[in-house]
Amino acid sequence: MHTIDRRVTVGRLLEMFQLSREAHLVTSNGTLVTEDHMLDRNDRVRIVRVISGG
Amino acid sequence: MKCRVCGAQANIRLPQYNTALCAGDFISFFEKRVSSTIEKYGLFAASDRLLVAVSGGKDSLSLWRLVNRLGCPADGIYIDLAIGDYSRVSYEKAKQMADKLHRRLYAFSFAEAFDRGVEALARTMKRPPCSLCGSIKRYVMNRSCTDYGYSVLATGHNLDDEASALLGNILHWKEEYLWKKDVVLEAEGESLVKKVKPFFLCSEKETAAYALMSGIDYVYDECPHSKGAKTLLYKALLNRVEETSPATKLAFMKGYLKRGREEQVKRTGPRTSCATCGYPSYGAQCGFCRLMERFGIRPAVRFQLYEPAAA
Repeated sequence: MHTIDRRVTVGRLLEMFQLSREAHLVTSNGTLVTEDHMLDRNDRVRIVRVISGG
Repeated sequence: MKCRVCGAQANIRLPQYNTALCAGDFISFFEKRVSSTIEKYGLFAASDRLLVAVSGGKDSLSLWRLVNRLGCPADGIYIDLAIGDYSRVSYEKAKQMADKLHRRLYAFSFAEAFDRGVEALARTMKRPPCSLCGSIKRYVMNRSCTDYGYSVLATGHNLDDEASALLGNILHWKEEYLWKKDVVLEAEGESLVKKVKPFFLCSEKETAAYALMSGIDYVYDECPHSKGAKTLLYKALLNRVEETSPATKLAFMKGYLKRGREEQVKRTGPRTSCATCGYPSYGAQCGFCRLMERFGIRPAVRFQLYEPAAA
């Protein structure tokens, strides 16, 4: 669990954690959002890793 | 970003198709693409009996739900590898979907068949668990089809699975595997059923988005043995390229399919039947029976049937 103090877009959030846009989906308050979506301070954000392997 | 179809807020951007879609339009788009793959490559017909290999992950559960939604009634086969909580949770997710779809779920238990789980069996046979798991799964899934009269086995392999495996085969020049990939592998005689991969041209991000948008409850945890797997490295490399040059993975696999079919015709050698089980084989015994005999294991290949809860 991380807390981000400032408003950021989903794309910027993925960059901050150095995560691939192709390998992750982001939900905000339970809804999938695109990279240009601006996240608000109180949003509950979840980053879903989509890549599986083995 | 707005949905290209209805103008509402988009939920996913798909640079490989130069589009963005809301949840409802993405689900329609995804299902249409899978339908067109099924049709274009002749994956199955209304007369086929379809069995879906179900692991409890996003791809297989999405596939199971989708083919049933498309009007192709399909049952499921789950293989319990006896890997602690991972296997227990995966089986629960598979049973949940069986209940939702009101379809049967067959289950094969490693622990019951071999008196041990995949990890212990791999230690006995001195093989990497993933390679052993793959060989046994292929045999058992086919066997479930022949035992219960299913004509087609569908698996949830997606574009990223196929592209990363192909990249690995090229990097190591594994020529024996190089031209064996396809959306459809036709049946051979009565002992090897047709195998199909309806998600062959759908990226892993698309299958995950479909699962999330459809409210599919899948297992997020990875098999503990996939840690450090080369496949993950190849997927990451391909995704780096994809981010800079969208649709590269699709072009890679579409180009492969075009060339692969010509190469397969040139390279297919004659096969005989395994003396033990009748499975098509290049030698006197198939790989599975050879392996079992070498270690003196007589597996009990039996399936448990999970009947869905009443509606």
